[in-house]
Amino acid sequence: MVSVPLDRTITVHPRVSIRPEPFGALLYHFGTRQLSFLKDRRLLETVRACDGTRTLRAALAEAGVPDTQTERYGRAVMTLIASSMLVQQADDTKEKAA
Amino acid sequence: MTLLTQNHDASITAPPATRPRTSSTLIGHFERGLDAPICLTWELTYACNLSCSHCLSSSGRRDPRELSTEECKGIIDELQRMQVFYVNIGGGEPTVRSDFWELVDYATDHQVGVKFSTNGVKITPEVAARLAASDYVDVQISLDGATAEVNDFVRGPGSYELAMRAMQNMADAGFSGFKISVVCTRQNISQLDEFKAIADRFGAQLRLTRLRPSGRGADVWDELHPLPEQQRELYDWLVAHGEGVLTGDSFFHLSAFGEALPGLNLCGAGRVVCLIDPIGDVYACPFAIHDEFLAGSIRSEGGFSHVWRESELFQRLREPTGGGACGSCSFYDSCRGGCMAAKFFTGLPLDGPDPECVRGFGEQLLAERATDAVPKSTGDHSHRTSPPRPRGSTGPVPLTLSVRRPDAAPVNACAENPLAGFSPPQCHRPPGAPAEPTTRRNQAPITSRAERAYTPHYTHISEPHG
Repeated sequence: MVSVPLDRTITVHPRVSIRPEPFGALLYHFGTRQLSFLKDRRLLETVRACDGTRTLRAALAEAGVPDTQTERYGRAVMTLIASSMLVQQADDTKEKAA
Repeated sequence: MTLLTQNHDASITAPPATRPRTSSTLIGHFERGLDAPICLTWELTYACNLSCSHCLSSSGRRDPRELSTEECKGIIDELQRMQVFYVNIGGGEPTVRSDFWELVDYATDHQVGVKFSTNGVKITPEVAARLAASDYVDVQISLDGATAEVNDFVRGPGSYELAMRAMQNMADAGFSGFKISVVCTRQNISQLDEFKAIADRFGAQLRLTRLRPSGRGADVWDELHPLPEQQRELYDWLVAHGEGVLTGDSFFHLSAFGEALPGLNLCGAGRVVCLIDPIGDVYACPFAIHDEFLAGSIRSEGGFSHVWRESELFQRLREPTGGGACGSCSFYDSCRGGCMAAKFFTGLPLDGPDPECVRGFGEQLLAERATDAVPKSTGDHSHRTSPPRPRGSTGPVPLTLSVRRPDAAPVNACAENPLAGFSPPQCHRPPGAPAEPTTRRNQAPITSRAERAYTPHYTHISEPHG
């Protein structure tokens, strides 16, 4: 299992739309035509906080995710990165390669 | 509880089905209905170049009340406001609308993704190249037999060649992952591996859906729907192939065989999906074109969102149900009583078992039901070359499957003469079709309860996609 990239800047893919719902949200990626259901409002807040201005750690804090839940929410973010709903910012990737 | 559920099918069919539904608040939300559908089916026209014997919308002739281009754009604007991310466009054969590509472009320019279902008639190499260049459009080509013999049996002569050519054009244009959509029938269940091989050959994805007794499907359902042992074969095949094969959540009634199939295992009608028909009527689902399931019209004040949110029918469908006669069955949590439309159009009570209940309760009820109690779909747009005759009045008659004459107007009773409807074959034949304009199949193995001649034409099955 890859560790959660807490210190990377994460952003929502430009082709992804978010539709808030009482249970959380629907995410739809127009490029991959994939649909995801966020089943938690706090995860939605986390995704919204991933606006490219802060690290994932800061985004989790912004969304009010308690430290004890970091791993759990971090894993959900990883899943969203794997499906291209969220992306790590380009600079980060270069940094990683270097 | 997991925090999210991902779905490569981009349909409503995502969440891991193994999770007990009682613990899933997500399913609960879906059952109570959302403020906007997750996706919807929109049939753009009843016009079609084919005349498939099982067409669930009884398509063939264009309805003169068909929505105008401007009305369609109005719907797209509304879907954008409601954040309905994608629509499954069907018909009829949607591509025969002269404004079809204009509407597709308009939708994708307004954050409404499109997947459309087609028999392939307009998928030329040029069109395929254009489609391959767009990320926002997905294509689903209908094929109901892995061989021409089996396919053309229900879809009409020449339809296999038509579909195969369209698929070849798509593959040649580099459009990978388009869908091949198969309605599972008694005649093609034994071909599942062959369908998969065809999909693999074209770099496409296979999608299997259930035959519904809707539209003209009601007339042939008895002869076409898979036999009980074939249901088991289908179920085992689906389990073996997992999420690699799409189903649009079609087969949740089979989940009672054992392990639940991938999908929501939920009837989404009026809760998370619905149908907009070619004249703007909104129905609970694509398989339920009947006044009983008509929620309203987009032409009425308040438009689509008003119908979706306020219609009495949809409110009722979102109320909790106890499961009726099925409530005490130990498999109720898996199959949820099956498909509402399948029950309705076979004359079974909606709160009882599905006609294809894997425990056989449906068959039992079918045997006991009064046959005159079977409702018919509202509105029949089937092609005809003679005045329509009463449906369902006599015993089985052979179907007439024939090649369409695209430029010939339906023959009016007053216009009957030896050359009525005839014009030179070179401008009528779909490529690859027999030269004879009308091919009567002697001893055609499909028979119809309805005494009606099937002439010129198609269907599609709409809904969730990938």
